[in-house]
Amino acid sequence: MVLVLVDHDHGQLDELSLQAVTYGRELAASTGEPLDALVVGADGRSVAGALGEHGVTTVHVAVHEGLTDYAPLAWARAASEVATRTGASVVLATGSPRGNEVLAHLGALTDLPVAADCVEVTPGSPTKVVRARWGGSLMEEANLHGSPALVSLVPHTIVADPGGSASGDVAEFTPTFSDADLLVIAKPAAAAEESSGVSLADAKVIISGGRGVGSAEGFAPLEELAELLGGTIGCSRVVTGNGWRPHTEQVGQTGTKVAPDLYIACGISGATQHIAGCRNAKTMIVINTDPEAAIMGYADYAIIGDIGKVLPAIIEETRKAKAG
Amino acid sequence: MDVLVCIKRVPLSGGKFTITEDGLDIETAKLGFTISPHEEVAVEEAVRIVEQHGGSVTVLTLGPAEAEEQIREQMAIGADRGILIETDSQEWDPQATATAIAEAITEDETDFDLVIMGNESADASGYQVGIRVAHKLGRPIVTGVKAMTVEADKATFERPVKTGRELYEVSLPAVVTVLDGLNIPRYPSVPGRIRAKKKPIERRNPERPESRLVKTRLEVPVTESKQAQVLGSGPEAAPAIVEIFKQIGVI
Repeated sequence: MVLVLVDHDHGQLDELSLQAVTYGRELAASTGEPLDALVVGADGRSVAGALGEHGVTTVHVAVHEGLTDYAPLAWARAASEVATRTGASVVLATGSPRGNEVLAHLGALTDLPVAADCVEVTPGSPTKVVRARWGGSLMEEANLHGSPALVSLVPHTIVADPGGSASGDVAEFTPTFSDADLLVIAKPAAAAEESSGVSLADAKVIISGGRGVGSAEGFAPLEELAELLGGTIGCSRVVTGNGWRPHTEQVGQTGTKVAPDLYIACGISGATQHIAGCRNAKTMIVINTDPEAAIMGYADYAIIGDIGKVLPAIIEETRKAKAG
Repeated sequence: MDVLVCIKRVPLSGGKFTITEDGLDIETAKLGFTISPHEEVAVEEAVRIVEQHGGSVTVLTLGPAEAEEQIREQMAIGADRGILIETDSQEWDPQATATAIAEAITEDETDFDLVIMGNESADASGYQVGIRVAHKLGRPIVTGVKAMTVEADKATFERPVKTGRELYEVSLPAVVTVLDGLNIPRYPSVPGRIRAKKKPIERRNPERPESRLVKTRLEVPVTESKQAQVLGSGPEAAPAIVEIFKQIGVI
């Protein structure tokens, strides 16, 4: 049996979980096993129907008075219990902060190896995986020696697809755990801070600046162009390290991963740290004085030149074009 | 307050990785080495905690003998002592790494109040060593933390989520894994660098257990063979860019 760990926010199904369920369905089909899912919390009953539509035969719902808010260790206890009871061959989680966290706890509880951030899983003995390293800048083929195979799936490896109608029967159970397993529990999320524009992760246009921008003040023309194009500001790690812009604007392996329609990289050399965050831009334009900069290898178009001179000209031309 | 920070020596990649002939490693002959940004902020946070509460900062790494370089760099920032778990040239999988780290912590003469790690390493990105160490130590762990307040016997951790923030309150001792953006790390001072040379490093040489997650091949993803079309130089190229804006429909 393939068991998928489903994440939900008080009954609201997580898109990445549906992707994992879709991938789990393919795995289950390849090994001829049923597909089950685990949902933690009484709210989970309400998502069983949607999971059935995605091919889940049995939805295990862990119900316990202590399980109203997210508690990673308790979630892993519930997963361990279901995996043991059902004899799961694969336990699949989303490669999200929560998915990877619960899976790692499960690995620690069961003393089994964990392969996080996979893009390909081939069950067997050993299970073969292809997983992302360096934020996706490198791919690793690896053998995972353990049963069940504990794996997580890189977000957006697969498109969530219903088309697998199964019964989605609800099997409620009360997981066994101690008070100590609830010591680390999320206090209900504080509201997101008021923000004026679109979030970086969802932005369609991003004007991003690096070392070449030179100073906090140097971002003024980037902001002007962002406003003209309905975009938002991004930056590289050098920029946040220098305190020119807040870390919330950092694009990269240890910042935000973005996938805009247009990414304009101004004065950014293209270290792998940065590329790991912007490789999924549909169109990338580079403005840089160095025609040999590494970022040229990831971009669609480039202008060779000083951003202090090039950006004002682009802003002027854009204004003219918009005035029509 | 005694704080231990775990770091990992990783290659400082320029723009692109080259893979060695056997397909198993990154070609590092021409590369420098560093630690992950997550770990840089971890050390900075530890130094700030000790500046506020008194105590000590210990930096631990599992890696080759050369990883002394990364320990010394963090000593220049303010760490007091180092523990180097020396390995052969082979990569240790997450379980083996966590076991060796937990043993070193347990056997150390200092009872650490707080263990700080990066949320995931820059290279292997396994998202699990911190959690496995916490289990072996029997301590609570909070991961993915981007703000923290540490008091004498408890800590409050804040973690960003899609809908805002999650807050966690745990009593010490505890383990926490942190994210870049937690703080802005300071640069080492010249006196700091000089003091770092004389600080003590303890070496350990455990045997490597059998790996259960075994790397068989590394490769650079194939989608990366783009080359930018140069539209021109200087301000004269602006109209060509605006044409692109029109083509892709952003104006």
